[in-house]
Amino acid sequence: MERILNIQELTVSFDGFKALNDLNFSLDRGELRVVIGPNGAGKTTFLDVITGKVKPTKGYVQFKDRSLRNFSEDQISRLGIGRKFQTPRIYQKLTVRQNIELAGNPHKSLFGTLLGKKSPTNQRQVADLLGVVGLEPKADILAELLSHGEKQRLEIGMLVAQSPELLLVDEPVAGLTDEETAEVGQLLLNLSADHSIIVIEHDMEFVRQLSAGLGSQPENRVTVLHEGHVLCEGSMAEVQKDPQVIAVYLGSEEQH
Amino acid sequence: MLTRILRQPVWREVIMIGGVVLLLATAIPQLLYAIGQGFRVGLLGRFMALGIAALGIDLIWGYTGMLSLGHGIFFALGGYALAMFLLLQLPAGKLPEFFSLNGVTELPWFWQPFSSLPFTLIAVILIPSLVAAIVGYFVFRNRIRGVYFSILTQAALIVFYNLFNSQQKWINGTNGLKTDSAMFFGKVVSSIEVQWLFYLLSLFGLVGAYGICRWLTGGRFGRLLIAIRDDEPRVRFSGYDPTGFKVFVLAVSAALAGIAGALFTAQSGIITPNAMDVSFSIEMIIWVAVGGRGTLVGAIIGALLVNFGKSVLSEQFPAFWLFFQGGMFLIVVAAVPDGLVGWAGRTWREWEQRSSRKSATYPQIDLDENLHREKTQTEKLHNSGK
Repeated sequence: MERILNIQELTVSFDGFKALNDLNFSLDRGELRVVIGPNGAGKTTFLDVITGKVKPTKGYVQFKDRSLRNFSEDQISRLGIGRKFQTPRIYQKLTVRQNIELAGNPHKSLFGTLLGKKSPTNQRQVADLLGVVGLEPKADILAELLSHGEKQRLEIGMLVAQSPELLLVDEPVAGLTDEETAEVGQLLLNLSADHSIIVIEHDMEFVRQLSAGLGSQPENRVTVLHEGHVLCEGSMAEVQKDPQVIAVYLGSEEQH
Repeated sequence: MLTRILRQPVWREVIMIGGVVLLLATAIPQLLYAIGQGFRVGLLGRFMALGIAALGIDLIWGYTGMLSLGHGIFFALGGYALAMFLLLQLPAGKLPEFFSLNGVTELPWFWQPFSSLPFTLIAVILIPSLVAAIVGYFVFRNRIRGVYFSILTQAALIVFYNLFNSQQKWINGTNGLKTDSAMFFGKVVSSIEVQWLFYLLSLFGLVGAYGICRWLTGGRFGRLLIAIRDDEPRVRFSGYDPTGFKVFVLAVSAALAGIAGALFTAQSGIITPNAMDVSFSIEMIIWVAVGGRGTLVGAIIGALLVNFGKSVLSEQFPAFWLFFQGGMFLIVVAAVPDGLVGWAGRTWREWEQRSSRKSATYPQIDLDENLHREKTQTEKLHNSGK
């Protein structure tokens, strides 16, 4: 199996505080990996480094055997890594359709954006995506009028429109109702058929749902982050049994 | 055939603009002359030139979220370029008058190309946009934005002001360049014919500038500008590098300010470093805020309205204009933050919504046949109950 993402000895320190500490991680093409960890474990910094928002102090991130150190956020995005933020970040004053069109625009240079023509395939892709995320009836209203759950789905739609090979999804179900959580879970499972995905999650119930949806495929793994490094890695069942994990994370969850 | 054309919004807009242009080129000046307010025609011409600068401000502030407090630089660069051309329309071997007062006997090298009209026309557009592009590139590449960008533009403005103000020998310093007695194609610049020509040039310049801004903001490019305004870091993660886009719109905006400066100078008869006064650059912001930022028509209406307000009120109450202007700005910011045109547009949409009884957020409710049937039944019951 080809490795799409390979991270070695990654350290990020902010004024001496190590948000990530000697972290090793790799992801195979086509895998859906859930990354869990308590608050402050470095989950969001982990995504910041992959997407180029934060530069590593030490170590490297390789995407398809290419180091990402010298690339800016927009270049990394064009290489094929898409990111969904923790709180939905969509363009509020544009319509739902325009949001997806902008993300899916194949010409992202200045003059490409100004002079490039909309191709029929592109328009079909936008229409399809509106269907996939279930926002067809609201395609032409301003994104600021959407509910929180719809905004989450729209941002996932924008992410897919970029046609990335690797999707980084940060807490996609934060603040959603149970029904919406199930919808987003199904959406991610559908996407995992032809994308590599990393899901950062806090909600253990949702992690169990994703694991159950994937069944017992060997690539169905969970990574636990703690204090900036990988505490343990394995299937959901293994992770839940691990005494270290119980101590730092699941244990404290069970208490309340 | 005609009705089909009229149904397309683009053609409706073209026809409407054509109508307004026709009025401004014929009936309105005639009317002003007829009621003895002929001097207002000249004012209108100048204010239309300022409208071009307002469009440029709207492009970078209203659409892209960059508040420039230094557009006086670009306005002055355009104004000086044209003034230099006008002052050089002399018999061979003669120099503009102020040079002899400063003991200069030979035309400085940087004045020489300005005796050519084509060069001057290109310079009016290109010099401001190059200055803007160079400054913008370094500022935006280093991801300086928001209020830091505004402070930088204001600092640059003061630098340019002092530079121009101190060059007594080369560009007549504080006194600036007086163009009203210069010649333009054998006629004095302040003559009615030349002034009417610049009135028409301002009108068509304004229409052209509107067209360019409309094209830039209308499509995918304009939506990207709005995205940069609302969440620039997010735009990077969508795969766009905002630097190039911002440099480009800043350069376009500076070119518009340069054109405005040139047209304004020809009609006011003088350009001095005062065009780079801090307050004038802030006034440009006020025009756009009052008219409605993020709407192109708003920028133009704001420029015309505020400047006519200024001229009428300062005739009546010479001491109080600044209070009016400050008060107007405060009222707009507090009560109608999206300006007059923005407010009018919002009111119109709300009224339309109420009359069509469609919900904005839940279109599927309107599409749902069952709900629709229930609604009409309830309404029938309700009406028969009366």
